[in-house]
Amino acid sequence: MDSNASFVNFSDKTTIKVALVGNPNSGKSTLFNALTGLNQKTGNFPGVTVDKKSGFSKLNSTVTAEFIDLPGTYSLYPKSLDERVAFEVLCNSENVDHPDVTIIVADASNLKRNLFLVSQIIDLKIPVILALNMMDMVEKEGDVIDAIRLSEKLGVKVVGISARNKDGVEVLKQALLQPLPVPQYDFIDIKKIAPEAIEKVKSVIKVKSDFIAFHIINNLSDISFLHNKEIETKITDGLNTLIVDNNKIQSLESVERYKIINRIVEDCITHKSAIKTESFTQKLDGVLTHRILGYAIFLIVLFFIFQTIFFLAAFPMEWIESLFIAISELTANILPQGELSNLIVNGIIAGLSGVVVFVPQIALLFAFIAILEDTGYMARVSFIMDKLMRRFGLNGRSVIPLISGVACAVPAIMSARTISSWKERIITIMVTPLMSCSARLPVYTLLISLVVPQDKTLGFFNYQGLILMALYLIGFIAAIGAAWILKWILKAREKSYFIMELPVYRTPQWRTVGLTIFDKVKMFLFDAGKIIVAISIILWFLSSHAPGNKFEVIDKKYQDYSFRGDLNQNELDAKIASEKLEVSYAGMLGKSIEPAIKPLGFDWKIGISLVTSFAAREVFVGTMATIYSAGNTDNTQTIREKMQAEKDPETGKPKYSIAVGFSLMIFYAFAMQCMSTLAVVYRETKSWKWPTIQFFFMGALAYISSFIVYQLLK
Amino acid sequence: MAKTKALKNLAQLKIGQSAIIDSFTDKVMALKLLEMGCTPGEVVKLDRIAPLGDPIAISVSGYLLSLRKAEASTVLVSLIPAV
Repeated sequence: MDSNASFVNFSDKTTIKVALVGNPNSGKSTLFNALTGLNQKTGNFPGVTVDKKSGFSKLNSTVTAEFIDLPGTYSLYPKSLDERVAFEVLCNSENVDHPDVTIIVADASNLKRNLFLVSQIIDLKIPVILALNMMDMVEKEGDVIDAIRLSEKLGVKVVGISARNKDGVEVLKQALLQPLPVPQYDFIDIKKIAPEAIEKVKSVIKVKSDFIAFHIINNLSDISFLHNKEIETKITDGLNTLIVDNNKIQSLESVERYKIINRIVEDCITHKSAIKTESFTQKLDGVLTHRILGYAIFLIVLFFIFQTIFFLAAFPMEWIESLFIAISELTANILPQGELSNLIVNGIIAGLSGVVVFVPQIALLFAFIAILEDTGYMARVSFIMDKLMRRFGLNGRSVIPLISGVACAVPAIMSARTISSWKERIITIMVTPLMSCSARLPVYTLLISLVVPQDKTLGFFNYQGLILMALYLIGFIAAIGAAWILKWILKAREKSYFIMELPVYRTPQWRTVGLTIFDKVKMFLFDAGKIIVAISIILWFLSSHAPGNKFEVIDKKYQDYSFRGDLNQNELDAKIASEKLEVSYAGMLGKSIEPAIKPLGFDWKIGISLVTSFAAREVFVGTMATIYSAGNTDNTQTIREKMQAEKDPETGKPKYSIAVGFSLMIFYAFAMQCMSTLAVVYRETKSWKWPTIQFFFMGALAYISSFIVYQLLK
Repeated sequence: MAKTKALKNLAQLKIGQSAIIDSFTDKVMALKLLEMGCTPGEVVKLDRIAPLGDPIAISVSGYLLSLRKAEASTVLVSLIPAV
């Protein structure tokens, strides 16, 4: 459009910073993966809790490009936190991530709406390349886009690509080395919309373009990079003298943009035929959003996911556990016995095992989620579930985390990432651990078998089975109820919209699936893993150390044969372990909380188990086995018998009555006794605030419910 | 054609019905809809309604957009008579 365009050339630099920006579903992430492959890392945008993905790629022998994947956005209006990041990085030349070149990824098969963002970025007057993605789709439709004409009209370089097939990706890379035109003209005459206000802003602060001044008028409070209070006050005061209707001028801006875009699109696209037959997507939508078939299919999908992470993942998890047992045995044999060996084997290796064991579930769940997202089905899940979930402050997409939570809350909480509304995502994260996960199952099984007679039936149903089912149901009801309450308590950071694109269906790309798995596993291992290992070491220390020489006293005592009685070596070891646990720091902790948990029917022995269960709920069974010196923990029969034989010292009746059993089950149903979940919540919310709230609200719920159950049944 | 046409809101369309966007009743919602390509003069078609009656999906600017009925009711449209 402008003949005296200025050019920039980066071919003599060693690294070029390149930002990728584009609408959601424009294939931006696919392009990012195609450009960087495994050569990418996840970090933080400074000052905000938004994940930043960046990666490197060599352009030629001397120049390397650093690509930054900015959050997907439909416009530069900073409405959500994600959009604010994109806006800030592009507009603020002082920002550490401010790019040398910006690649705008646009879905060519949906050009009109994609050009909206393009037009706004052009008005920032920064060097850009427009990557017209999904050109294969356009060709398939039989449409033709005149890229040269488009480039002339927009005044920027245009490269047609198909990121899925890696078509044109190399051309795009090389384009970064060539001189790039910097847009000089205004895409729309923005000054016409708010002339005085723009002048006012420009008289206070020097800006690159009228459009940035326009942004300052509309989003003053959101623009953190001004930072200068003096300038901010000057602008506010200046604008106060004018009557500016922000909504109106922004609406005018959008309308103006689309007017020009419509003209450009008409000029540059030749449609094969005006009449469109029912597309594949429409036909498939007829089935997948059908009132009966739609839900039936979704149910099957959920069932399939659940089966996979519940049963299929169990095999690799077992392998990992055996592997770590082998490693710790080997280490124990190599290292001389003593404190160091003990720390490495029972503290560090056990902690690492507790981290790596989650990998199969995370990998499998994210394989499914990547496929569901990539095909476009996830948007349909939102579409058919929205009305139902909205009532509880949840999102249509919350269904998958909630159901996955029945297997394990750790991958489930990570999967809440697909929920774009901050409030709905936080609610989903907060309530998912209430779903009864598989780690609770061994606890439930032991306790049910302890207090519920096996032969008792209700009609056809076995009592034990019914109670187990009731526990799962209680977890679900608690999750939904808590969500409903949180809906009223939590304030929304942004207005919740459901205005969302339903993308066309595509076949999933295995590359994307693989990279998603890789990314999530890495994130879990390195971010949440650190915390889990640290807490495991603390827990190990607490249960294997005692103040003073208490352990030695026990060891010495049993060296005296008169204490051994007729115990064999195994029984003796079990007895020593039991007594040591009692005097350990964990034992002291268990005893010290006894007064607090007595109203729930719990004694100090249960208290110790509550402490150690924090590593993982199923540790309850192992700790009980140690306390009751049952020896081999695989044999629940023995633990059960020993627990059944336990008498209440005050009443002389069996300790594990119906009341204590149920009180304990309810406690395990509600309490947040899982450090891995807390670590993941911290990773996902990037703040200790949410895991802390979660710990206390679930703890309070557990305490009050157990109290009521015990007092009623006592 | 009558000069003053009766306007409906987008949520009142029946499946398969097309209409032209006239104006918006909610200024803030309008901004979001405008950037998504729902500009006055644009033709929209109600493509489908979610099984529970809400949200709805419309064809606009060459793609499929889903939105809640509450959001759609802020868009005033004039019906295009079926041919």
